[in-house]
Amino acid sequence: MDSFANRRHIIRFIIILVGLIFIIRLFVLQVVDSTYKLTASSNVLRYVTQFPARGLIYDRNGELIVYNEATYDLMVVPDQLQAFDTTEFCTILDLKKEYVDEALKRAKKFSRYNSSVFLKQVSSRTYANLQEKLYKYPGFYVQARTLRKYNSDIGAHLLGYVGEVNEKIVENNDYYRSGDYIGISGIEQSYEEFIRGKKGVSVYLVDVHNRIKGTYSNGRHDKEAVVGSNIISTIDTELQAYGEKLMANKIGSIVAIEPSTGEVLSLVSTPTYKPELLVGRKRTENYVRLMSDSLKPLFNRALMAQYPPGSTFKIINALIGMQERILYPYTKYDCNGAYFSGRFRLGCHIHRSPLNLIESIQMSCNTYYCNVFRAILDNKKYPSIRESFDMWREYIMSFGFGEYLNSDFGNELKGLVPTKETYDRIYGKNGWKSLTLISMAIGQGELGTTPLQMANMTAAIANRGYYYIPHIVKEIEGDFELDERFYQKQYTKIDSIYFEIAIEGMDLAVNGEAGSGSTARSAQIPDITVCGKTGTAENPHGKDHSIFIAFAPKKDPKIAIAVYIENGGFGSTWAAPTAKLMIEKYLNDSISVPWWEQHILNAEINYNNAEKD
Amino acid sequence: MQRKINIWSSIDWLTVSMYLVLVFLGWINIYAAVYNEEHQGIFDVSQRYGKQLIWISAAFVIAFIVFIIDINFYSYFAYIFYGILIFVLVSVLIFGKEVHGATSWFEIGNIRIQPAEFAKIATALALARYLSSYNVQINNLKSYIRIAAIILVPSFLILLQNDTGSALVYFAFIIVLYREGISESILLLGLFVVVLFILALIIEKLIIILLLIGILFIVFWFINRKLKFTAIAIGILLFLSGAFYAVNEIFKMGVTYYYIILIALGISGIVYIILSIKYKIRRVVLLLIFLIGSVMFTYSVDYVFNNFLEQHQQKRINVVLGLESDPYGVEYNVNQSKIAIGSGGLTGKGFLKGTQTKFDFVPEQSTDFIFCTIGEEWGFLGTFFIVSLFIFFLYRLIGIAERQRSQFSRVYGYAVISVFFFHIVINIGMTIGLVPVIGIPLPFFSYGGSSLWAFTILLFIFLRLDASRLELLH
Repeated sequence: MDSFANRRHIIRFIIILVGLIFIIRLFVLQVVDSTYKLTASSNVLRYVTQFPARGLIYDRNGELIVYNEATYDLMVVPDQLQAFDTTEFCTILDLKKEYVDEALKRAKKFSRYNSSVFLKQVSSRTYANLQEKLYKYPGFYVQARTLRKYNSDIGAHLLGYVGEVNEKIVENNDYYRSGDYIGISGIEQSYEEFIRGKKGVSVYLVDVHNRIKGTYSNGRHDKEAVVGSNIISTIDTELQAYGEKLMANKIGSIVAIEPSTGEVLSLVSTPTYKPELLVGRKRTENYVRLMSDSLKPLFNRALMAQYPPGSTFKIINALIGMQERILYPYTKYDCNGAYFSGRFRLGCHIHRSPLNLIESIQMSCNTYYCNVFRAILDNKKYPSIRESFDMWREYIMSFGFGEYLNSDFGNELKGLVPTKETYDRIYGKNGWKSLTLISMAIGQGELGTTPLQMANMTAAIANRGYYYIPHIVKEIEGDFELDERFYQKQYTKIDSIYFEIAIEGMDLAVNGEAGSGSTARSAQIPDITVCGKTGTAENPHGKDHSIFIAFAPKKDPKIAIAVYIENGGFGSTWAAPTAKLMIEKYLNDSISVPWWEQHILNAEINYNNAEKD
Repeated sequence: MQRKINIWSSIDWLTVSMYLVLVFLGWINIYAAVYNEEHQGIFDVSQRYGKQLIWISAAFVIAFIVFIIDINFYSYFAYIFYGILIFVLVSVLIFGKEVHGATSWFEIGNIRIQPAEFAKIATALALARYLSSYNVQINNLKSYIRIAAIILVPSFLILLQNDTGSALVYFAFIIVLYREGISESILLLGLFVVVLFILALIIEKLIIILLLIGILFIVFWFINRKLKFTAIAIGILLFLSGAFYAVNEIFKMGVTYYYIILIALGISGIVYIILSIKYKIRRVVLLLIFLIGSVMFTYSVDYVFNNFLEQHQQKRINVVLGLESDPYGVEYNVNQSKIAIGSGGLTGKGFLKGTQTKFDFVPEQSTDFIFCTIGEEWGFLGTFFIVSLFIFFLYRLIGIAERQRSQFSRVYGYAVISVFFFHIVINIGMTIGLVPVIGIPLPFFSYGGSSLWAFTILLFIFLRLDASRLELLH
């Protein structure tokens, strides 16, 4: 019955064969082959991590913004320590004995056999002194690191900063070890993978006297560090510096984009801070101080502050109206100082009446857009407001609102474009109509947009219908390419012919005759046709925010800009002249009317209300 | 017919002693692996050796309980155990806790249990029950399918948990099937598939197809013993390949050699079939199907490799096949492990004197890489002793399996042997760089309660069956 009993011999044979192979292999490994053996029991291997220098960051014109400085970490391996002269040691390093005891205890707790940092960021001079005496202190060795250095004080938010990895990252990412540096915000974070390079390791044989006796097995286990790739950013340092200067005593932000590429020319968020504050040993201390500052200098308003878009949004509603064929350039609406519907009233300012479409943009008539907005939503083409609202929303979203733009900034916000469900929840399923949403006609109400999104919208208008996803990096040195998405046109759902009409309005808003009712004449630049639109974001906490969007020149636009000045009141007061100065600086590299510059620099905006938030 | 026997006197004390020695040595090495000066008390339960001591004590209790249960319990309930464990494996997928990327743990309070470890036992019992059933013939299609299902269902579920190592263990049951008489041609086919898989990864497809064709002609000659036919067949293929090559060169069509041969082969295949019908030559179609199957298989290996295996698994295979160098990741671990073992020399650095296996030099030094500690601290003498002990242990188990009178006990015994053998080979093999890094524990040595208990239960059920072998009369 058991006719396969003989097979047991084969199984036995296989088991014994495997055993023999293992024993032979072990014999070779342990007795014959000397590469794996350490000559004397006192010799130890030291794994010294080779930290590559982070890539440099340049501006769009090749000007260096961020570079590196050498520094040294003093490392300790507790198990290799021997009694040493603490007093001399403390003198060299300018330390207190308590620190030494504390640090050694910490190192022992971390690991007796592995190295850990004893003292961070020793300067080159101290290092020179220490180097000569290091033989007296077995168990200590020095590891070269680099720290960031900045050529100027600008661009803190967009450059971002570098800090030590936290435990969570160490756990989830194989590359990082405790104590490594990582980009935490801005370019440093978004392009961390390229900028960091690749760590290497050198394995040395070290004798009892803390002397390196050579590389272990001829460097076969070494791995050379790869220096980080340099980054060429899209920023124009001069423009950035100028923007920061103009915004110095204000809260708000400026985002300028090159419409033909989506490259961010400058990104200002004020109040800001000096980037060098977040480098080196004083980083934590400064960070805590900046965090507790009531004006929130660490908060990047350009990406993370949401405001209603205000009257700038009228352009979008005008475009949607034309695309939906309920609005034509010759369409006129009366305005008697306010929009009335039954007992409802929404105020407007004094201007002549009636206005056509182009004039309505020029003079920013509220009544006109209440009519346009209701015509869009009450369009008989759609069975109910639920469908027409969805249609409207899709147009809005096609300009990059209400969703991440997917730029290369790490922490942009989505902004807010309400859905029909939002209104269902507030008013019930059939409880809302076009009049309920009327404040969105003039860009107030439930809308939230970031300055970056507004600049992007302006770029889309400047391009007559499409935009490139805004990005902050132009080129990564080495064999790397920017992500495909930055080279793809993102089309809005509006045909380009309608943009021409809206742009006429924006042209008139800036360049109309004095007394013609143009709202943004403060943005005029001689010889350059600036097209712009003012806006005012209602602020429930204090004075309204001043908004201005613009692009220039009208034909073949080179710059699209959005300026937000918190509590600045009307868009024409502060935001428009600020934008004009920025545009002039970028296009002409000189300021034609210095008086305006002084006016902006000396602006005093009362932030007492804002601080109460 | 049965008779009652005192199981305590018929237990195989030699195996039990080996078990105790292995467990004791295992604990000693865990102690050494995680030893540090601040925690020296062996009962310190905040340390792994302290915890392991608790697992060991529990293992002894479990062994005792397993041993006093009636022998028939295991075969009667084999399928039920199997069903329960399949259920548990499914639920761990849904409710389990993820540790190191594998969802294979149940957490009850502070204790984590890994059902995959226990699934081996249930599978071994179910396999034994099935193969020992009355009237089961191992070599027919129905049996093949059922056996494959019994073995592969838990393996697949464990694979879904992302615990590749434990899933592969099930392939060790081939040893059982071999012993129980599965046809050699099935095993050869399996071996052929594995070899082809590896070849497909390391050498070019063109060379593989040439090799396959060569082998096929040799086989053809063996079957028919007619040199003339073989020569004609080779001639046809050579002629067609040459013709296509010439056409390709003249018209500069840029077709690669691989496709030229493939096309030539396709047309020669048709010619072969026509000739074979005309001259009544045997098995030509079968050989051709085999060839086509192999070509398709090599073709799909790349696809499977790139799409079904995860990146770290591809990497491990590539590193072992020498296709990829990765001194920081997998290779780093293996290198560290080899340095640790190699630095032990002939006699080792002595107990607790190891430097390489402490802390981060060798990863997972108390679990998967525990063998490094042995190698470093006890040297070649230590590793020789441990490997020999394991081999003798397996040898002994084969002896016990072969003296069983019931087929159930014998099959189960071989299942136990297979599981132990696989774990030992893979675990020790990976620390000395002979097999890919697959995270499975070394029986009785690696830190961890689940695996120790599972191995203990596995072994003691077998010893229980053995103790009662004389109750069964022929």
